[in-house]
Amino acid sequence: MTTPDDRRYSDEHEWALVDGDIITVGVTQFATDSLGDVVYVDLPESGTEISQFDKFGEIESVKAVSDLFTPVGGTIVEVNSEVIDTPEKVNEDPYSVGWLLKVEASDAASQLEKLMDAGAYDELTAE
Amino acid sequence: MPREQALKKTPLHLTHVAAGARMVEFGGWDMPVQYPGGILSEVRAVRENAGMFDVSHMARFQFVGPEAVAFLDRMLAADVAGLRQGRARYHVICNEGGGIIDDAIVYRITEDQCLLVANSGNADAVREFLIPAAQQNPNGGVFFTDLSDEVAMIAVQGPNAVEIVDRLCPLPASSVRPFRVRRAEVAGIPSRIARTGYTGEDGFEIMPPSDRAAELWDALEAEGVAPAGLGARDVLRLEAGLMLHGNDMTAENNPYEAGLERFTFIDTPGYEAGEALGAIRDAGTPRLMTGFRMVGRGIPRHGHPVMKDGQQVGIVTSGTHSPTLDANIGMGYVDRGLSGEGTRFEIDIRGRLVEAEVVALPFYSRKRA
Repeated sequence: MTTPDDRRYSDEHEWALVDGDIITVGVTQFATDSLGDVVYVDLPESGTEISQFDKFGEIESVKAVSDLFTPVGGTIVEVNSEVIDTPEKVNEDPYSVGWLLKVEASDAASQLEKLMDAGAYDELTAE
Repeated sequence: MPREQALKKTPLHLTHVAAGARMVEFGGWDMPVQYPGGILSEVRAVRENAGMFDVSHMARFQFVGPEAVAFLDRMLAADVAGLRQGRARYHVICNEGGGIIDDAIVYRITEDQCLLVANSGNADAVREFLIPAAQQNPNGGVFFTDLSDEVAMIAVQGPNAVEIVDRLCPLPASSVRPFRVRRAEVAGIPSRIARTGYTGEDGFEIMPPSDRAAELWDALEAEGVAPAGLGARDVLRLEAGLMLHGNDMTAENNPYEAGLERFTFIDTPGYEAGEALGAIRDAGTPRLMTGFRMVGRGIPRHGHPVMKDGQQVGIVTSGTHSPTLDANIGMGYVDRGLSGEGTRFEIDIRGRLVEAEVVALPFYSRKRA
């Protein structure tokens, strides 16, 4: 799968997609490929305040546990309850149905500057 | 400093790599942890149809001679003398203090020939425990051969495994009953087949000559058997309540706290660790291997503390998400008073206390015809 070029990426293998004031957050295909079948996702309550690059949850496959670090900080306005109930959605498509959080950020532009574009992220994961 | 050693490879190594399996180090071997379809689909294949595992990394030790059986009964808690020809027994191998060196299957091939299949990670420990003793056996008469290199081993497991192997085996394979072993041709390859396994399903462990292992693997795959890796094997064995040595038990554990009393034959005349084990059994063990199912959200993992009223009362040795039961399950050593079915305690999952409830082992039992 190609890395979508409509969003920004962190070196912790999360993506951030801007839609007005709301930024959607998820994990990358590279992350799900490394993890294998996802069987558990732990996400915070909506309303929680988080800072950029903070740990916000955990994702587990059959064999491994990984911490989730948010690529953008702000107020969590929605969490994807579908991936909590059916974690395989993350494998199905981590860039669409497998999204994790929606964050409202006041300083989105400056936060996004600290992230990579798809090309830079592909270079990182090609290493 | 020990020299870095290259990982060992089974005769099926190229087959795994060519199929796109993800390879990992396991007990000094380069083994497939999963095939491209993923662990969950491999588990499903084994529970619903048939899957196969390369278990050639396990140790296969042969003991032959007029004193072979008496020697093994001196060293293993297995009552080999009580095992008729062509039968197999799961048992523990204990050191003189009663600590578990390994769990293994011994096959009584003939009157004076036995095969011992031990875990790959314990091959050296078992060899060191048995070989010097065999060489110094007071009565002589026992000859050891390590067959691990010349013989491969493929486990075919699942509700349709027997029917599928029958198609390749004119004997037929189904005439070999559970925990029996015999010689048979499978796909035209002279092999030894045993009706044993490590998944909770029916099936066989087939031992072909190493140079024909890939041929057998391909023949099984052509019959619809799904290749599966160590990841699926770990989920399957845990669902079936089977322990993994090195993970769920070590030489620090005795078979009574591990819940393996019925696989520990200590009354065989001449058994050297019998007295030590008898004393441990009679004294009673304060903790017991206990299965539990998570009530709250979270997956227990090896090393997580088991808590009750703020006190640690045990430790998790294995845990996973069980796709077959759609539940998060685990097992570990827990204070005996808290090991009864229905008892509740918490698992400390990376600092979060999550409720769990004791359930009977195994978690999963196949439907028997």
